[in-house]
Amino acid sequence: MAKDLPQDSQRRRLLARTAAGGAILALAPGVKLAELALARDEDDPASTQVRWGLLVDVSRCADGCDACVSACNEEHALQTTGRPRTDPQWIRKADLVDETTGHTLSMPLMCQHCEDPPCVDVCPTGASFRRADGMVLVDKHTCIGCRYCMLACPFKARSFVHEEISGQRSYSPRGKGTVESCTFCVHRVDQDRAPACVERCTELGHGALIFGDLNDPDSEVSDRRGSAPSTELRPDLTLNTGVRYSGV
Amino acid sequence: MVSTLRFQMLTTCGTGYGLVLGLLALLAGAGLAAAWYMESQGHWVTGMDNQVVWGLPHVFAVYLILAASGALNAASVSSVFGRTDYTPMARLSGLLAITLLIGGLTVLVLDLGRPDRLIVAMTYYNFKSIFAWNIFLYTGFIVLVAVYLWMMMEPQMNRYTARVGLIALCWRLVLTSGTGAIFGFLVAREAYDTAIMAPMFIAMSLAQGTAIFLLVSTALFHWTGYRLDDERITRLGRLLAIFVLAVLYLVLLHHLTNLYVAQHHGVERFILLEGGVYTVLFWGAQVVGGSVLPVWLLLSHRFSVRGSVVTAALLVVFGGLAQLYVIIIGGQAYPLNIVPGYRLQSSFFDGVIAHYTPSLPELALGLGGVGVAGLLSILALRVLPFIPVAIPTPSSVKER
Amino acid sequence: MTLVRSTLTGILSMVLCSGTGSGASADINLPKYPRGQGEACVEPSEVMRRDHYEYLMHHRQVSVHLGVRTKRHSLVGCVNCHVAREEDGNYLPVNAPGQFCQSCHEYTAVKMDCFGCHAAVPDTLVRQ
Repeated sequence: MAKDLPQDSQRRRLLARTAAGGAILALAPGVKLAELALARDEDDPASTQVRWGLLVDVSRCADGCDACVSACNEEHALQTTGRPRTDPQWIRKADLVDETTGHTLSMPLMCQHCEDPPCVDVCPTGASFRRADGMVLVDKHTCIGCRYCMLACPFKARSFVHEEISGQRSYSPRGKGTVESCTFCVHRVDQDRAPACVERCTELGHGALIFGDLNDPDSEVSDRRGSAPSTELRPDLTLNTGVRYSGV
Repeated sequence: MVSTLRFQMLTTCGTGYGLVLGLLALLAGAGLAAAWYMESQGHWVTGMDNQVVWGLPHVFAVYLILAASGALNAASVSSVFGRTDYTPMARLSGLLAITLLIGGLTVLVLDLGRPDRLIVAMTYYNFKSIFAWNIFLYTGFIVLVAVYLWMMMEPQMNRYTARVGLIALCWRLVLTSGTGAIFGFLVAREAYDTAIMAPMFIAMSLAQGTAIFLLVSTALFHWTGYRLDDERITRLGRLLAIFVLAVLYLVLLHHLTNLYVAQHHGVERFILLEGGVYTVLFWGAQVVGGSVLPVWLLLSHRFSVRGSVVTAALLVVFGGLAQLYVIIIGGQAYPLNIVPGYRLQSSFFDGVIAHYTPSLPELALGLGGVGVAGLLSILALRVLPFIPVAIPTPSSVKER
Repeated sequence: MTLVRSTLTGILSMVLCSGTGSGASADINLPKYPRGQGEACVEPSEVMRRDHYEYLMHHRQVSVHLGVRTKRHSLVGCVNCHVAREEDGNYLPVNAPGQFCQSCHEYTAVKMDCFGCHAAVPDTLVRQ
């Protein structure tokens, strides 16, 4: 690979940011993209300076709406087989009923991208790993399909591919015999775009999903987490999840 | 005590032998066919799904692994604890330890989503995972017991038997703890997440290994015309009773402790009371049929020695399988409590008891492991001298 | 001893000499595959033929674990350039018989693991 001079890549970054900043202003209000302050070049590795996070505002999450689920299924070409027990689900809408008060809510559930993921601890080959910027992913090249991570996940976030699949998207390779889960649309985020579910929810005007860099104090997700209480699921496990829920 | 102890290879060739060989070959073949079917079609053809990810094959695999570790008991007792009256059985004990483990590993590997990536599993390691450690523990155990057998079989190496035996004993304890820790280290599931899994699995391996060893050795010695005297059988039976009681104690302790943890009341109610098949298996097959009944048979002197010991061993085996079924599958069937205080419902089967029905390919794969273990054992018995010729009685001094 | 040596020498010379000058016989089908787009591949053909596996292995490591998504050695890039189309415009998967990847892999009898997971055609319908 040809190595650029440092000033070339800096210049490119500045130009990219200016152009993108202009683009952001031109877009309709409310369409949020991943924070551009730390946009990185395609040959820069992901770094710990960024930590991607998602805030789910449950109060804005409508009962019966599953736009995020359809967006994810379309983005990654997840297909149903008519056998729901073995169909993969990267994100699902859960309906909750408070056991004491009977109060009902609805919220999306997906991989929580923990800081201390139990799935990463148990994977024998290291296929389940946490990227430097906080995404918890499966390296399907080394996944042997033992499903131990599925046992270990407190949120039942992972799915096993139970049969041969076709029609995969080029940016989302997936195959029989390996385990998969929500990737925070890493292919999009690496191109400074928002995950498919976030984009769809925002486009439809619900605004229940806010994605961004938790390490950036100026990002909307940091701002919202700082201004209103939010909780992680299973706080007793102290996993410091990247996904938080407000309004639960 | 001077007595001639010789060993010889299995030489019988009758119809009984042919039937056993044929049955084992059928089981092994069915297992391989099932594995091919599962791998080519995908796991949708089994009863395992995204809710219950480990099923009947894993019950068999873990059982065989535990039995393998425990089958080394007779050899350990003779080499490490100096009970020379068990020395005639020590070689068979070592052999079973190896072949049962290979059988269990065969099932485990063939059930993988990508069994073609075994080489990846052997070259990429995440050492925080107990599974990764287990790969070394299991393969190392096979090599270690092979060395142990060599020490026993080669007269010039006999003086090292005790030392290797001690290493093998320690290795067994670590291996079996590692197997229990597969479940014990899982923080997510209320049925697991407990340190007691490791010692419980050690106790289970002692009980199941002794039971399997008793069954195989009495059958083999009876078949080859060698008499295992009543006293030795009784002592092995009493040892089995102690191990079964140890398992029962740890199981009771586990559940009793859980009853003090409000967070675990749900899963305890499920296993002990409302779990349907899991509750029946727990109380009926594991506690009563697999623990209380065999212990009574072994310690009461009501029936014939051989009859009660063999029956008790069979009951212990079924009780052990039931226990693993309840642990592995029952533990997964109970839903995760993702948002405590709320009842959950979703398209991904959150909040509901998962329904698992074992499928035929899974049963075939599990039994295939038994078949592989059996075939390997018979092969070894035919080519190497494992079967004792003259078993001296413990208290007599024979000069020949 | 001399007899053995002479026999061995005879066999060796037969084996070594048979390869020269004969070339490919009419029975052997050398790989034939559609030409890729553009002037040339990102690396010289002889280099690619030998080393494409190394490039892919390195690229998959840095792209999955580090998020380095350069285009030069990406599998998606290979597929986009080397995929062929039918008369009606549909893409033919690169791992179909006679297509780019499969023709050499079948000739060399090396099994590919890639396209169980990776798309063998470029993305066609993309939402918006």
